[in-house]
Amino acid sequence: MPEQLIFAMEVILNGLMAGVLYALVALGFVLIYKASGIFNYAQGVMALFAAMTLVGIMNGQVPFAHVINATFGTHVYNFGWTVPALLAIILTMAVMVLLAWAVQRFVMRHLVGQEPIILFMATIGLAYFLEGVADLMWGSEIKTLNVGLPQGINLWIDETTFNFFDYGFFIDNLDIVATVIAALLVAALVAFSQYTKQGRAMRAVADDHQAALSVGISLNFIWIMVWSVAGFVALVAGIMWGTKSGVQFSLSLIALKALPVLMLGGFTSIPGAIVGGLIIGVGEKLFEFAIGPMVGGATENWFAYVLALIFLVFRPQGLFGEKIIERV
Amino acid sequence: MFYREAGDFKTSYTADSQTFPIKFDRYRYYAVLAVAFGIIPFIINDYWANALLLPFLIYAIAAIGLNILVGYCGQVSLGTGGFMAVGAYACYKLMTAFPDVSMFIHVILAGGITAIVGVLFGLPSLRIKGFYLAVATLAAQFFLVWLFNRVPWFYNYSASGQINSPERDVFGIVITGPNASAWATYLFCLIFLTLCAILARNLTRGTTGRKWMAIRDMDIAAEIIGVNPLKAKLTAFAVSSFFVGIAGALFFSVYLGAVEVGEVFGIQKSFLVLFMVIIGGLGSIFGSFAGAAFLVLLPVVLKVVGVDVLGWPTDIVAHLQLVIVGALIVMFLILEPHGLAQLWRVAKEKLRLWPFPH
Repeated sequence: MPEQLIFAMEVILNGLMAGVLYALVALGFVLIYKASGIFNYAQGVMALFAAMTLVGIMNGQVPFAHVINATFGTHVYNFGWTVPALLAIILTMAVMVLLAWAVQRFVMRHLVGQEPIILFMATIGLAYFLEGVADLMWGSEIKTLNVGLPQGINLWIDETTFNFFDYGFFIDNLDIVATVIAALLVAALVAFSQYTKQGRAMRAVADDHQAALSVGISLNFIWIMVWSVAGFVALVAGIMWGTKSGVQFSLSLIALKALPVLMLGGFTSIPGAIVGGLIIGVGEKLFEFAIGPMVGGATENWFAYVLALIFLVFRPQGLFGEKIIERV
Repeated sequence: MFYREAGDFKTSYTADSQTFPIKFDRYRYYAVLAVAFGIIPFIINDYWANALLLPFLIYAIAAIGLNILVGYCGQVSLGTGGFMAVGAYACYKLMTAFPDVSMFIHVILAGGITAIVGVLFGLPSLRIKGFYLAVATLAAQFFLVWLFNRVPWFYNYSASGQINSPERDVFGIVITGPNASAWATYLFCLIFLTLCAILARNLTRGTTGRKWMAIRDMDIAAEIIGVNPLKAKLTAFAVSSFFVGIAGALFFSVYLGAVEVGEVFGIQKSFLVLFMVIIGGLGSIFGSFAGAAFLVLLPVVLKVVGVDVLGWPTDIVAHLQLVIVGALIVMFLILEPHGLAQLWRVAKEKLRLWPFPH
């Protein structure tokens, strides 16, 4: 087999793995969009916030330590304990539910019935707010996150492919774990929305707010639930990305990467988010591999957007999105 | 008492349809112009010019540009930073290629080039609407920044990858480079802002502006009454990018002097200008000024209060600024979706009846 082809295969595999992570973030967007018609720009910052909170709780950091020290001249940094990963994840989840409640209570409730674009801008404001709060709470330095997920090269794949092609593929263990977790998460979400009472209520709200209200579904509760679920997805994404590249500001930028994924897949479709993520992941890695060196590299910065843009011109609702019907 | 239209009679159509029909408004406008042109240039120093006035003037131009697109034509764009970069690089290439030509012409040409690029990236808006368009404009943002970073021709093959503005003048007065004096740069930007504001105000009052607003309010209905959406949307993109390009050119050549594209014209800049438009008021020229002034002042005030008065470390103040800006955006959207401009309008209504309201 020619060498280039083998390299390309490795690139594709790595692209698939990266695509899964994009899809994970995109999933959070789709959930909120389906249930409340809000395009939640803050999803990426939520992932950052979740990851920072997780690290903070695990290391026993004092929240707002920096501010307290600056205001009162004290020197508190740590409680002096560490929390096991599982407990910390549960605590972080509790924080995310609290956040969901706060967002619903203080922001979204007051914006019911506004135009979608206003809601979108509100979530941009929310993103700034959360980012500032997260930095004030836990400090803005880069942190390492280790919840015990395996990392490093997968030796088994390396050996097997070496025996086949005389060239060992480099696949990160973490990516494999991420893929498995993402698959489980999607299955769980689909099961939740199809087979539970709350899931059904959620779909009803997505279909028609007023009709759902008239049969006695509490919109308030459903929205808090949806934001909590999105918070959970953000937490999972935050753990994955945080383990991979450290918990830092750039984590919130993955939200921007998830946008073209959504556009490709369609805003309203869970399978769309997955397929879109995979296409973008593979596409940008392959493009960088094949064309990148010719035009100066770092094409990953824009390839996804341009691909989505060109794609949308031909199919404005994305791959799996509901057809946009305009009524006058 | 003094703010009345009663007794202010008009005898011609021209007088009736002027920008400021109320006498008091008109005098206030002339007074502001007189202070801005006649007094400030004599008392200005470097600190005031660089910390407040220049950024305000330049951001106001950018905000007017974005407001035309978002507020008047209803097409949300997140690519402002990218278009400002186009203006900056176009200006740089022109300045270095034609050193003898006046800066005025360079800046206007840079705006023109940005307008062409803007129309190019505006083409998809004919098919894509709403969020999808907002995200599609991100393509412009990231692609343009990447382009200026990676293609050496744009930064004249300089080793650092930065662009530095050489010394250029207008009628013998140095405008750019380290030797430019504060009053000259201030006046230069002020002239552009005044011209842009007058142009924008009159465009939005005329046929073009009404077409934009028709498209914004309901594009299908607008199409039925005979507005050509292709023309309306593309003119909005062109005019908006023209202003944004001028702002970018001034930002680089007059204000900063040296630019690293990813840092200065990144996605953050797009959001900043968008926030100015939201806080100031969508669909209002005055709002663009108010929003720009507000968001230029806020960090300075916070820094003075937080660092100098309260003695906090700078990083806390920087984070606090994020929190405050975010909270303000949300608050404005909840309490006053039409921004500072609406507050101003309400105040004027009250003033008309004061001191004897019904």
